[in-house]
Amino acid sequence: MYDIAVIGGGPAGLSAAVQARARGRSVVVIGGDVRDNALYKTERIDNYLGFTGVTGPELLERFEAHARAMGAERREGRVLSVMPMENMFYLAVGSEVEQARAVVLATGVVQAGKLPGEAEHLGAGVSYCATCDGMLYRSRQVVVVGRSADAPREANYLKEIGCQVTYVSPRQPEGLRPDIPFVQAGKLRVLGDRTVEAVQADGGTIPCEGVFILRPSMAPAELLPGLELEGNYIRVDRSMATNVPGVFAAGDCTGLPLQVSKAVGEGQVAGHRAAEYVDTLIQTG
Amino acid sequence: MALVHLTEEAFDKATASGLSMVDFWASWCGPCKMLSPVVDGLARKYEGKVMVGKVNTDDQPGLAMRFGVMSIPTVVFLKDGKEIDRKVGVMPEAAYTAVLDANL
Repeated sequence: MYDIAVIGGGPAGLSAAVQARARGRSVVVIGGDVRDNALYKTERIDNYLGFTGVTGPELLERFEAHARAMGAERREGRVLSVMPMENMFYLAVGSEVEQARAVVLATGVVQAGKLPGEAEHLGAGVSYCATCDGMLYRSRQVVVVGRSADAPREANYLKEIGCQVTYVSPRQPEGLRPDIPFVQAGKLRVLGDRTVEAVQADGGTIPCEGVFILRPSMAPAELLPGLELEGNYIRVDRSMATNVPGVFAAGDCTGLPLQVSKAVGEGQVAGHRAAEYVDTLIQTG
Repeated sequence: MALVHLTEEAFDKATASGLSMVDFWASWCGPCKMLSPVVDGLARKYEGKVMVGKVNTDDQPGLAMRFGVMSIPTVVFLKDGKEIDRKVGVMPEAAYTAVLDANL
């Protein structure tokens, strides 16, 4: 069990990790592929104090090195679900489960928009976890909607276990097996009466029984049922505490402005308050 | 009655009468592992009132197919052998107790 699990490896998450480590708490940072990080995709930053003309990847690399040097552990993966238990949390990461006393959500901006037909078919063909549900679709036709950098890897996995995979994304994927057909399309719709029957991709229709929609991270409200939002963002107070005791949030997922310095500042507060929360748990526990 | 691991052969007899709750799971599924202690707890809490069972979808693909389980964990509720409700994905304990209490 870790003291603090940070979900998201961007500026807010790494800042929270550094702060919690400075207060002697064990920390794991769980995040997806670095290429999905908003900062990684930023060409040039001129408003982060003390740095001018720095590139996004350069700054991110420094943040990562700092967190590493402070002893924050790092885990690559997509957190699928967070469940509060008594004085601790379970976090499902692919096929594994982690435990932590407190959680910092630093998932970045999560595209709130679902595909038409997605919510209606959840559990009836729509899945967010290839590792979990892939086996249920062996020898059947599935579509992978690739919205994250590691999606081709998951599509390859589905192919290896015997699914008939079609990969759909707006851009040519990197690392997709050549025997998986790729359909370039941006406008998608999930079709089917009760269960999934097809995916409509731009003009064409791809028949399938399963749709794996792979985004860089899950929407916070799906990650943790009962989490209060304000519009598309997580509601927090001045301590970066959410409405769920022991859960804090920082960075782009809490709202505008979507800036590195704001994320780092909020991460600092969230890491500090999460560490305090754990201190209290241990003292009273 | 403690938690029962159900097979295709045993399923119909086990769920034939009264209220049952069946958790479809697999070992490669993190969210299933997370739900496991909740299901264990419910089996204890409702002992003698609800038949709480688990189906390993890897060992029992026929049952998964029969119930059209397309995503795990899926928890299916049955009354006298007929499905009355289901919950897909990990939910807080209260989501399951609400269904059980309403149907006892």
